[in-house]
Amino acid sequence: MQVPAPFTYERAGSVDEALSLLGRYGPEARLVAGGHSLIPMMKLRLARPEALIDINGLAELDYIRVDGDHLAIGALTRHASVLDSPVLREHYRIFAEAERVIADPLVRNRGTVGGSLCQADPSEDLSAVFAALRGEVVVRSASGTRRVALREFHVGPYETAVGDGEILVEVRVPIRTSVGSAYEKVERRAGDWSIAAVGAFVVLDGDVISDVGIGITAVGAEHFTCQAAEELLLGSSVQDALVETAAATCAAACNPSVDQRGPEDYKRHLVSVLASRALHRSISAARGEVA
Amino acid sequence: MTATETPAAQTPATDSPARETLTSPAGNPLGFGRMLRKEDVRFVRGQGHYVDDLVLPGMLHGAILRSSYAHARIVSIDTSAAEAHPKVKAVITGKILETLKLAWMPSLSGDVVAVLATDKVRFQGQEVAFVIAEDEYSARDALELIEVEYEPLPAVVDARRALDSDAPVIRDDLEGRTDNHIYDWEAGDAAACDEVFANAPVVVAQDIIYPRVHPAPMETCGTVAHMDKVTGKLTVWTTTQAPHAHRTVYALVAGLPEHKIQVISPDIGGGFGNKVGIYPGYVLAIVGSIVTGVPVKWMEDRSENLMSTSFARDYHMHGEIASTRDGKILGLRVNVLADHGAFNGVAQPTKFPAGFFHVFTGSYDYPAAHCKVTAVYTNKALGGVAYACSFRITEAVYLVERMVDCLAFELGMDPAALRMKNLLRPEQFPYTSPTGWEYDSGEYPRALAEAMRIAGYDELRAEQSRRREDAKKPGADPAALLMGVGVSFFTEAVGAGPRKHMDILGLGMADGCELRLHPTGKAQLRLSVQTQGQGHETTFAQIVSHVIGIPPEDIEVIHGDTDNTPFGLGTYGSRSTPVSGAAAAVAAQRIKEKARVIAAAALECSVDDLEWEHGRWFVKGDPSQGKTIAEIAMAAHSSLELPEGVEGHLDASVVYNPPNLTYPFGAYICVVDVDPQTGAVKVRRFIAVDDCGPRINPMIVEGQVHGGLADGVGMALMEVIAFDSDGNNLGGSFMDYLLPTSMECPSWELGETVTPSPHHPIGVKGVGESATVGSPPAVVNAVLDALQIRAADMPFTPAATWRALQGRPLRPDLAIE
Ligand SMILES: Cc1cc2nc3c(=O)[nH]c(=O)nc-3n(C[C@H](O)[C@H](O)[C@H](O)COP(=O)(O)OP(=O)(O)OC[C@H]3O[C@@H](n4cnc5c(N)ncnc54)[C@H](O)[C@@H]3O)c2cc1C
Repeated sequence: MQVPAPFTYERAGSVDEALSLLGRYGPEARLVAGGHSLIPMMKLRLARPEALIDINGLAELDYIRVDGDHLAIGALTRHASVLDSPVLREHYRIFAEAERVIADPLVRNRGTVGGSLCQADPSEDLSAVFAALRGEVVVRSASGTRRVALREFHVGPYETAVGDGEILVEVRVPIRTSVGSAYEKVERRAGDWSIAAVGAFVVLDGDVISDVGIGITAVGAEHFTCQAAEELLLGSSVQDALVETAAATCAAACNPSVDQRGPEDYKRHLVSVLASRALHRSISAARGEVA
Repeated sequence: MTATETPAAQTPATDSPARETLTSPAGNPLGFGRMLRKEDVRFVRGQGHYVDDLVLPGMLHGAILRSSYAHARIVSIDTSAAEAHPKVKAVITGKILETLKLAWMPSLSGDVVAVLATDKVRFQGQEVAFVIAEDEYSARDALELIEVEYEPLPAVVDARRALDSDAPVIRDDLEGRTDNHIYDWEAGDAAACDEVFANAPVVVAQDIIYPRVHPAPMETCGTVAHMDKVTGKLTVWTTTQAPHAHRTVYALVAGLPEHKIQVISPDIGGGFGNKVGIYPGYVLAIVGSIVTGVPVKWMEDRSENLMSTSFARDYHMHGEIASTRDGKILGLRVNVLADHGAFNGVAQPTKFPAGFFHVFTGSYDYPAAHCKVTAVYTNKALGGVAYACSFRITEAVYLVERMVDCLAFELGMDPAALRMKNLLRPEQFPYTSPTGWEYDSGEYPRALAEAMRIAGYDELRAEQSRRREDAKKPGADPAALLMGVGVSFFTEAVGAGPRKHMDILGLGMADGCELRLHPTGKAQLRLSVQTQGQGHETTFAQIVSHVIGIPPEDIEVIHGDTDNTPFGLGTYGSRSTPVSGAAAAVAAQRIKEKARVIAAAALECSVDDLEWEHGRWFVKGDPSQGKTIAEIAMAAHSSLELPEGVEGHLDASVVYNPPNLTYPFGAYICVVDVDPQTGAVKVRRFIAVDDCGPRINPMIVEGQVHGGLADGVGMALMEVIAFDSDGNNLGGSFMDYLLPTSMECPSWELGETVTPSPHHPIGVKGVGESATVGSPPAVVNAVLDALQIRAADMPFTPAATWRALQGRPLRPDLAIE
């Protein structure tokens, strides 16, 4: 059995209590949500928090709802709820398409949206989804709440804008109309992390791309996106060649590391294939074509 | 005890149809047929009892400090801080073991293995120190308190560089060692083969890697050892596929008296060869118990299992196949470079250093064959044979089935047609292969035809041509899937084995069995083999039921405890049914014959007047006058007067020495779809026709085949343990070492043909590894067929497939660069 280093354990009954526990235990304390990232790291002793603050009791953070012109997702919402959510499905298919290929049902039943984003694994799928959709996160501390754009949220691998004594409480995504979205991922096996994955949404005004977002994960894309490709597409009318150029731009802009998932040339190539597919399917969906 | 020389089959190989319809009061077949597994009652309720479930009073917990380097000299080890940990009872190092003469133990292949490293570490994950503490958490905490100073050395990672003159010498512990060479071994007639090749119209050569994979059983390896100081008895609960062999090895290695050693193998969560050998952790638990005087448990974690226990395969093969222009195969030869890791710890019959690899001529009829195997040390975990491979037949079948496909590719022939043309014909059996194997029985063309029928082979090829034509049309979708059809045909050689040829460390590979009928007609069957999930408790009860007609639910199968079962070499290499199953059948036959004598006494008639049917001896011509086995069992224990020389009771004890191996075979067809842009491979269909003789419990056989096919998909598409240039293991967790899931497996399409073994008492052959042996080449052949390229090495991960398509294939055994 792999066993973690010694730690103390506290269970928070409310966000306020979690915040005060974070204050009490200081920077060596860690929140635990689904535990599907943190606990494996603790068992390998790569993470050694002195105190674990369990936030699984915070039902107040488990929700998916429409909040004005935004979709609001509570930090403790499980992957499985995101996968099954009719509200999310109605607005963005990218959620269900991404969730279907995140880990496996066991992980999805426990792992949370907040945990996924805060883990900030360079291969996290939801980071690409929210980056594509230009979401923002709501962070609370003892002194109040602040909002951070998802594209500014990741400070580095495994590092986010969430500071000591802060909790991510919500993720928000603007609601768009005439929108189509899609997620494309290639993995070595069901349940494995992406070799590369690309998500996109496209808003069409007639034949003109009036809004577009691209999210890319697992290949070192800056802020999990490719702004240059988005700019190329924005305001243009839909053309296959343009989509291919945008996809190639994504491939050129990313910075894949070489590992057993694949060599660099393959990963770059894969990004262009997946970007092209995600964009094409988003466009079809925006046109109301059934994929 | 002497072995029974087994004459020709004593019962007909297959049952009469009438017999099969008989069922027991519980609704189970009386003999062969489908029934739910008896053992599953406890497993599905979570009531199995595994080594790690065992808790003994005062039990301590051990944990192993492992090397982070692949190759390094140990400068010093400081255990003082660990010893000062309040819950630590002892810290054992190689130095301490040296004083006990236990720092090294013999391997199963004539080498020695470090129990704890003394001079050097030779692979990443090697055992360096052992901590014994009050609980497993403290034991692991204390590992971090041990300070080891290493002097790193360059590592030998690429087997192809192991024999370079400037390669660091890994085994400088062995006297006079100046290189990393372990052995050269060959089989077949080299000169005759060379001549055939020199004159052959077509010769195709191909380099093929069967990369290192791991058995990865669900339950990792572990031991609880209890040395009772008062009685002097050592009890070892351990994850082993061969409890009796382990007992004898402990006696030989540690000098412990064998009658004071009891090895208990409780429920085992999968073996696949991983639990044949003896690991340092087992020895350390025993030493720990001797040192502390209380029971010590050691249970490895997943990464330890993947990084330090026996791997499988790691064969670098150079094959050459010769044929006529119209595809009549003339010969096959192969040079193998075998990567054995840092110690030669291969578990296999001792006289066969390369296992049964020389059965590589496969299922085809040609005269010329030769193989040469060169084994080398590298800075990797030890092992060499494990993982459902029938002692290297996996590699052998992979070689021949890939070479036949390479030949088909070069000749432009259909791979099924090429196989059909060369398969051994039924009238050639028993067939002696060019490397000396005697195949017992086979009807190969029938099995291949059946697989092609189920697959709809011609339609598949037609669909493929259609798709290929479409892809050439202007405006064709560049993402259109590439369809591939792969064929493989395998012959297995299982049931090791005849004592005169096969032993492990001098222990002949015969197996004992005891069958005891209680007075009320219920039975206990004691086996030397050990189930790890194969369903022995059901299958063996059915074997006895088949012979003496009592219900399988009335037969308790006892195994896995050396104090309560007869000696034998255990379960691996698909040997249980061929060897132990034969022993059980012979024991039951002896009971049946003794029952006849007792029935005659009870019925006051001559044995010659008795006839047998449905578990009952009755008087010829008067079926109302008879005795069931249960009635006879009671009579056997009663005051009934028995004829001169007939002892009472109704039991039998047998040692079965198999006259030959059994040779199951099969034809497999795999259909894949490959995304040419991403390289993702999807197995669309898999057709498996297996012939293992009559099926005792068809459901269990199908389960074995299903598992093996999933294994094959795993090896072909994702499983591999690669190493980076420093010797770091890149497959040390289930995030890195990928096992297939149901998502990668199609709904298997199974078929069967039945060719009984002529020498097995009930005609059956082994089947446990058939699918693992036969399926990888079918999947690989299908992928390569889809890509329309001759060769590339598995596993076909998306990256590997795409790179193969680009003509720049990846080396699977090394880190991707
Ligand atoms: C086998 C397996 C396969 C996986 N495959 C994939 C995959 O394919 N794609 C993918 O994207 N992910 C994958 N994952 C990761 C999985 O999605 C994440 O583990 C999970 O979603 C993280 O969420 P969690 O709730 O489990 O986080 P935890 O493990 O509980 O926490 C992760 C980190 O986030 C912090 N944290 C948690 N909640 C908050 C909060 N509200 N505010 C501030 N900090 C917080 C914790 O302190 C910790 O540092 C896989 C995981 C496993 C085990």
